Amino acid sequence: MNQTILLLLLPFLAALIAPALVRVLGEKAAWLLALAPATIFTHLTGYLAPVAAGEKFTMGLQWVPSLGANLSFYIDGLSLTFGLLISGIGTLIILYAGGYLKGHPQQGRFIGFLFLFMGSMLGVVMADNLIALFVYWELTSITSFLLIGFDHNREASRRAAVQALVVTGGGGLALLAGVIVLNLITGNTELSLVLNSGDVIRESPFYLLAFWLIIAAAFTKSAQFPFHFWLPNAMEAPTPVSAYLHSATMVKAGVYLLMRTNPVLGDTAIWQTVLPLFGTVTLVIGTLLAIRQTDLKLMLAYTTVASLGLLVMLTGFGSEKAIEAAVYYLVAHALFKGALFMVAGLIDHEAGTRDVRKLGGLRKAMPITFFAAALAGLSMAGLPPFIGFMAKEEIYYAIAKPDAWSVAITVFTIFGNALMLVIGAAVAILPFFGQKVETPKHAHEGPILLWLGPVVLSICGVVSAIFASATNLLFISPMASAVAGDSVYAKAAIVFHLGVPLTLSVVTIALGCLIFWKLEKARFAMAYILRKIGWGPDHGFDQFIAGTVGLSTKITRIIQNGRMEAYMTTVFLVFGIAVWSSLYIFDELPNWPRPSGLSFYETGIFLLAFVGLLAIIYAEDRLTAIISLGIQGFAVALIFILFGAPDLAFTQFMVETLSVVILALVMTRLTLHKTDHRPFYEKSFDFAVALTAGSAFTALLLAVVQVAFNPALSEFFAAYSRTIAHGRNIVNVIIVDFRGVDTLGEIAVVMIAGLGIIALIRIKGRQPRVEGDQ
Amino acid sequence: MNTIIFRTFAPYLTALMVLFSVFILLRGHNDPGGGFIGGLLAASAFAIYGIANGVTPVRRAIYFHPISLAGFGLFIATLAGLPSILAQVPFLTGLWVYPKIGSVELALSTTLIFDIGVYFVVVGTITSIALALEERLED
Repeated sequence: MNQTILLLLLPFLAALIAPALVRVLGEKAAWLLALAPATIFTHLTGYLAPVAAGEKFTMGLQWVPSLGANLSFYIDGLSLTFGLLISGIGTLIILYAGGYLKGHPQQGRFIGFLFLFMGSMLGVVMADNLIALFVYWELTSITSFLLIGFDHNREASRRAAVQALVVTGGGGLALLAGVIVLNLITGNTELSLVLNSGDVIRESPFYLLAFWLIIAAAFTKSAQFPFHFWLPNAMEAPTPVSAYLHSATMVKAGVYLLMRTNPVLGDTAIWQTVLPLFGTVTLVIGTLLAIRQTDLKLMLAYTTVASLGLLVMLTGFGSEKAIEAAVYYLVAHALFKGALFMVAGLIDHEAGTRDVRKLGGLRKAMPITFFAAALAGLSMAGLPPFIGFMAKEEIYYAIAKPDAWSVAITVFTIFGNALMLVIGAAVAILPFFGQKVETPKHAHEGPILLWLGPVVLSICGVVSAIFASATNLLFISPMASAVAGDSVYAKAAIVFHLGVPLTLSVVTIALGCLIFWKLEKARFAMAYILRKIGWGPDHGFDQFIAGTVGLSTKITRIIQNGRMEAYMTTVFLVFGIAVWSSLYIFDELPNWPRPSGLSFYETGIFLLAFVGLLAIIYAEDRLTAIISLGIQGFAVALIFILFGAPDLAFTQFMVETLSVVILALVMTRLTLHKTDHRPFYEKSFDFAVALTAGSAFTALLLAVVQVAFNPALSEFFAAYSRTIAHGRNIVNVIIVDFRGVDTLGEIAVVMIAGLGIIALIRIKGRQPRVEGDQ
Repeated sequence: MNTIIFRTFAPYLTALMVLFSVFILLRGHNDPGGGFIGGLLAASAFAIYGIANGVTPVRRAIYFHPISLAGFGLFIATLAGLPSILAQVPFLTGLWVYPKIGSVELALSTTLIFDIGVYFVVVGTITSIALALEERLED
């Protein structure tokens, strides 16, 4: 099997052994475990040169080929860059998690979850098959649920976990529908092939459907307004999770999906309207909400929302330059956001608080952290010589056009970027400068496991900018080409070019500095406005959940009213009406059967059945009625014997006996009147129901018998029962051999039903519990 | 129902019925019978024993909890499908061996194991339902 495929499954293996390894080695196991993503990273770098030369790789395993569902992978510029970010940052995150949760009793489990998530995320970006993409996508939702809810003793984190699962899992369903639509339009299930059918998809009448479904999946995953609320709530997770989810993974999956489908869904008016619109709104709202926060993690979380908005806007802007800018910003954001989150966690870990108002003067105590924070914060602020600056230049270069639409977007982007600078500066400067503030813990530098990640990532942010030509060649150009569906050559460099972009950058920086100066005031103003509005999608989510629960309670009350009679009446009535009406509509009503000569014993059996029937109707008490029901069943069993089906008859005898026994046992449990107390009108109604259902069944059986019999199956069984399956009893051979898998399923159902029944019997009624009893 | 005759007679009847159910199970492949019918037969045997002498003696006689018998049945029925993977034929394909013990040739097969699994599932499930109901009757 292909080495790459094995490596893509490696994180799942690491997840399996992580708990045991951590138990033995403690937090030092992180060094060993980090080798897994590091191996993947090194292996993937081997693809850099061929992919930069324009090659694309597909590989895979067959899974359910008849349904077109395969475990196949596709490596091009887009998936490769994503894969490198996921595995590279993943390596650092595993190390960081080793230090962050040092001594935590559940550390092994936590690292295991991280690996599961990493494997799923790698799958999302590498998957070629649409079904595999969906499966991996849902896996990221489930594993992030586990990660966000890791601290499951706290209600806030349980709520955040459920919220993330509902929002992104719901989006996942839209994705499933979306990929099915794409499959129906193109007839392909492999992305690499679907990507070639852009024109077919755009001209298809189902284009809009596919568009909205994909948009729903991407916007929920990537926390676009109005679905942005789950992301800041996900900050309930331990910081390594936030750092990982927000930098390279989870929330970028939506952006990935948009970028991936851009060649086939993009380049239409609606794509270029919806994406920039929602993206820009998300950008502005995200940054405004970030200003309001004082918690370092929450400030960063809202800027992640904003950055995702920026990426969505750029992806949908509709020019190659914008896509190049999006790619640039995506890489820059992964680097600085990952580093800053880890810094926030590091400060929290060492100083005991993340509240920016309670922190200050830490630069002496934590010099390495300060170094990493400064580099990453400057990159986020978009200052030279960092990759964040280049990304910003590219953005302005792409969107600063003279038409009104572009101008509006540009204005909002400048505003958003200025606020982003404010937050970047706030996180990088406020905790470190100013007066030394007394923190809950005595602050000092953290261990290497904790500072390695942010230092490496923030240095990458400088190095990638200084060696811009290599960055362009290996990462930006191949990825932008894959997104645009056409060859793109990125030429960004760190040298200043006088012109519109630089001017706009200067404007951004000036505006940012101004707001930073008045940060306190801005925060109070935002808090005041939000209090005035008083309602947000987060609250809306709670209302939605409460409403859903309320509605389903009401429906359950109606359907599951707990009255056996109502259930049975419904079942029989629906059955009777359904059969009669379909027989009538499809003109399949049976002919009245011609009376044929019955022999005396056959007549006798029918008479027996009839006597049983009368006995049931006129029975004095219920027990007699139940036993009389047995008479009916035995008569039927006799008929089976007469027509040469001893097995069937045998089973019928046993089933009849057992059901009489069990019914009798159940009846004695129920507190029922011994006799029938129904008033006349109820009896007549029940009679009508019984007659409808019974006559419907008779008519159905008559109609079935009157259809010409196709003997193919019986002949097959008769011919091969002895020769293939070595058995003369055809019924048994069918059960255990020809249709063995069926039987396996059936006995599983029998057993599960049995378990359910036992559980129901065990439930004692609602008896008042006596004190000290039990 | 608790006449002295029934109570005295029930254990013997149960023993006979269980024995007969095994016979029915084993002859199933060529003559009327099989795991499903055999299982129903054995389950009614246990139900009779329970009605006559109470649930506790039945539980003691079976030793295992009946639902775990059902679980065992499902387990060996699934296992019966696995040798076919080694033989590289579709799952649950019947495989036969004919070992000679003395002068008697025995026909053994994975389908037989499968049928025994069916037997246990049916016995276990129905018996545990019947016993649970009878137990509620007693308290």
